[in-house]
Amino acid sequence: MTNHWKDIKNADVVLVMGANPAENHPCGFKWALEARDEGGATVVTVDPRYTRTSAVADRHLQIRPGSDIAVLGGWIHKILSEGLYHDEYVRLHTNASFIVAEGFGFENGLFSGYDEATGSYDRSSWSYERGPDGFVRRDPTLAHPRCVFQLLRAHYSRYTPQVVAGIAGCTVEDFEAMADIVCSTGTADRVGTIMYAVGWTMHTVGAQIIRTGAILQLLLGNIGRPGGGINALRGHANVQGATDHAIVAGILPGYLRVPKPDQTSLARHLADSTPRPLVPDSVNYWGNYPRFMVSQLKAWFGDRVGPGNDFGYHYLGKPADDTTWLSMWDEAHRNRMEGLVALGFNALLAGPDVPRLIRAMSNLKWKVVIDPFLLDSAEFWNAPGVDPADVQTEVLYLPAAHWIERGGSFTNSGRWAQWKEAAIDIPEGVRSDTWILSELFWRVRELYEEEGGAWHDAVRDLQWDYVNPRAPTDEELAREINGYDRRTGRLLSSFGELRDDGTTTAGNWLYTGSFTEEGNMMARRGRSDPTGLGFHHDWAFSWPANRRVLYNRASADGDGRPWDARRAGIRWTGRAWVGDVPDYGPATPPDAAGAFIMTEEGVARLFTPHLVDGPFSEHYEPAESPVANLLHRDVPVNPCVTWYGGVAETLAQNVDGEFPYAATVYRVVEREHFVTSHVPGLVEIMPDFFVEVPEGLAAEKGIENGGRVRVWSPRGEVEGVAVVTRRIKPLTVDGRTLWTIGIPVHWGFKGITTGSMANSLTPFVGDANTRCPEFKAFAVNLERA
Amino acid sequence: MDISRRELLKTSALVGGGGVLHALGFDMEPAHAASRELKISHAREYKTVCPYCAVGCGAIAYVHGSGGLNTERSVIHVEGDPDSPINGGTLCPKGAAQMQLAMNERLRKSPMLREAGSSEWREIDWDTAMDWFARRFKDSRDATFVERDERGRTVNRCEGIGWVGSATVTNEDAYLITKTMRAMGLVYVDHQARI
Repeated sequence: MTNHWKDIKNADVVLVMGANPAENHPCGFKWALEARDEGGATVVTVDPRYTRTSAVADRHLQIRPGSDIAVLGGWIHKILSEGLYHDEYVRLHTNASFIVAEGFGFENGLFSGYDEATGSYDRSSWSYERGPDGFVRRDPTLAHPRCVFQLLRAHYSRYTPQVVAGIAGCTVEDFEAMADIVCSTGTADRVGTIMYAVGWTMHTVGAQIIRTGAILQLLLGNIGRPGGGINALRGHANVQGATDHAIVAGILPGYLRVPKPDQTSLARHLADSTPRPLVPDSVNYWGNYPRFMVSQLKAWFGDRVGPGNDFGYHYLGKPADDTTWLSMWDEAHRNRMEGLVALGFNALLAGPDVPRLIRAMSNLKWKVVIDPFLLDSAEFWNAPGVDPADVQTEVLYLPAAHWIERGGSFTNSGRWAQWKEAAIDIPEGVRSDTWILSELFWRVRELYEEEGGAWHDAVRDLQWDYVNPRAPTDEELAREINGYDRRTGRLLSSFGELRDDGTTTAGNWLYTGSFTEEGNMMARRGRSDPTGLGFHHDWAFSWPANRRVLYNRASADGDGRPWDARRAGIRWTGRAWVGDVPDYGPATPPDAAGAFIMTEEGVARLFTPHLVDGPFSEHYEPAESPVANLLHRDVPVNPCVTWYGGVAETLAQNVDGEFPYAATVYRVVEREHFVTSHVPGLVEIMPDFFVEVPEGLAAEKGIENGGRVRVWSPRGEVEGVAVVTRRIKPLTVDGRTLWTIGIPVHWGFKGITTGSMANSLTPFVGDANTRCPEFKAFAVNLERA
Repeated sequence: MDISRRELLKTSALVGGGGVLHALGFDMEPAHAASRELKISHAREYKTVCPYCAVGCGAIAYVHGSGGLNTERSVIHVEGDPDSPINGGTLCPKGAAQMQLAMNERLRKSPMLREAGSSEWREIDWDTAMDWFARRFKDSRDATFVERDERGRTVNRCEGIGWVGSATVTNEDAYLITKTMRAMGLVYVDHQARI
């Protein structure tokens, strides 16, 4: 989240799209209701289903799964064509005035530079025009035909209400009624927020959906302001923290980058990873990348590394290609992976394409599952339809302690790292994740000492200076993450103190300041809220630097005056910024630099070369879609999607005939993913796997409410109780009636009650940028069972 | 509710007097207070955070048992932390059932191994389990480690072991996972955030 949970109360309009927080984040969603009940805000939902959030919203718009970019693009078109944007904000805080070099274009569904052979873009034509001083040329009048503002206007001009309604399957009237609400905050005295979740990310165009939301919010002047922002509602208790600390392909803690093979030295890695300012007044905070990287290497390898050995740069593995979830399972499927460790992760039910995952897991020599419960994933060899005798994989299960037995911190969606206490002891026979990890590390290191083996200097030299090396404490690790001044041994209080000469450490620069000489900032419980806006600076620690709203410099105008004095993010007093922790030098005058300190542009990007599939977004159909792409029939699907071997054959080829219904998966409030299958009270109130079938379709198929229904895709099938519903209405697209089916994900073959695995149906294809699988829009057929 | 109606009425009578009489003819306020006090009396409070979604609701676990020798601490009740600026004491159905996740008979207490082709688990001790784990980890690392790629560039990567998870561990463990696995040369590292 750019903002945080309580901040949602400050909004005038709350757009919930690609999320269902009343169901999945109830105690966070109450701030949206507070915004409405106390502040007079309007709360709206846009979703393929009428959800529990819709039930308490002021207005709901039902759209076809996968049509989000069309809808958002339609709003952008309305804002630009009717002049509803926050003019001063757009000029001051975005790259609207930046001039794009000649050669950029978009035609028939493709941006300039597309290479059909590789399925990727040469992005060199998506660049800015430079002046003689090397900086980007700008046109403050926004009139230049190649300035970002005019290109943006031209690009989204195709997204008229008629076109959007045609793609999304709604009526023009319903689309426009929603547009009037969403596009109403483009003034200084109004602010709107977006709450989104995996309903946006789980598409082959997921990253671009979010980008479209960001463009919308920038045009309306809503980023950086209390009550504004673009807010990802994350699913697990510490999915934010585990991302920050980079249990993630491609990044290192603090969003540093995993090095690439052609970065043959630290210097080359730093040169590639450290952006240069594109305009003279850009803070370009990522210019500090070398300080963060060197401090991290020093935290990991200590005295063993220094300038003489590139600070241990070559101790880091350099992957040949993508190493994300889908690629990992593709490697296993092709029999190129020997072992896999799954810690706190029911990797089988997570999908997609569970039958394919079972085949991939069966190719492993060994698998280790570490979890408090014996998961479906640990017994994939015993899944329905699998003969254990056919699976030669050895599987080790290790019972791990769980949250109530552990101290340490969780970082919530709003970036608040909150310390928790261990309430009870770890039971006999159970071990903590820390112990298991330490023990694995030591035993592997000892094997290398005893018998040698593959190159292992990094294993030998990994710094492990904990008081009890077999069991580091949470506090020891938190201090290591925060970092030290190595010359004095003092804990650092700010990442501004980090150096690239080896004199400082920081396991994760974003968390520098979370555990200082003053104590554990994550354990703070102060409730003061002097502004009444809900910043609560004395409660826990919010990265970065205890800042509660990211990009908060943009909450004020060119003179440092808040756009809205009632909801001031920060304010310039003439000598300093007051309010939230400023996203800017605390004494830097308002006209000294651009507000968006993390971009090399110094302002927010309406146009960007950083995504692989376009500098603007474009509507592409899901990989499995019941209709043609009405914008460009020749380019129906995101042209930059990676097709893993054999996957295209597992997609529904004949969507009209064999798999005519769109399906989407989701969660319910009584369950959380899969672990709740082991919690008796929750199983009791939500016992059975079910399928949500629209009323008209159920009548057509003879399916009765409470009866049984079978659903299948080319990958697999499920069977469960039919919940016949009016919450999903038929849509009309391209002159045809389309039905959408809803399927919850919570069931498996282990647990107090069992049920079909929803992800047996989902396709093994992901977003072009993130490779997040397309769980939210796929094709199925169904019948009465 | 840990208290029978008879006890409740008795308690109510004992602490009666003062307060406003309700339509029923007796004052319920002290009874509510007494039932709460009885349920968590002698329990110690621990501040925790709900383990389910990422709202980060503050919760208070009430624990019985001193933690001393021959005692076993157990959670007797979990409720929302009224001081938390995020949830202000509220919890959703899952959060309200944290107690059942904390004290759950389905939690496992021993490592187990499933051999190739077998249809069952067998319990093993931790020392054996960790030796097994380290042996396979090292053997697969040795077998699939690439020190230099086909163009002679130093890449130091282990291609044959994947690590997934987790969005459910603490920041401190998440950091330690990354630090350790990257030092081992693993590149196939990912967690729930991807999906």
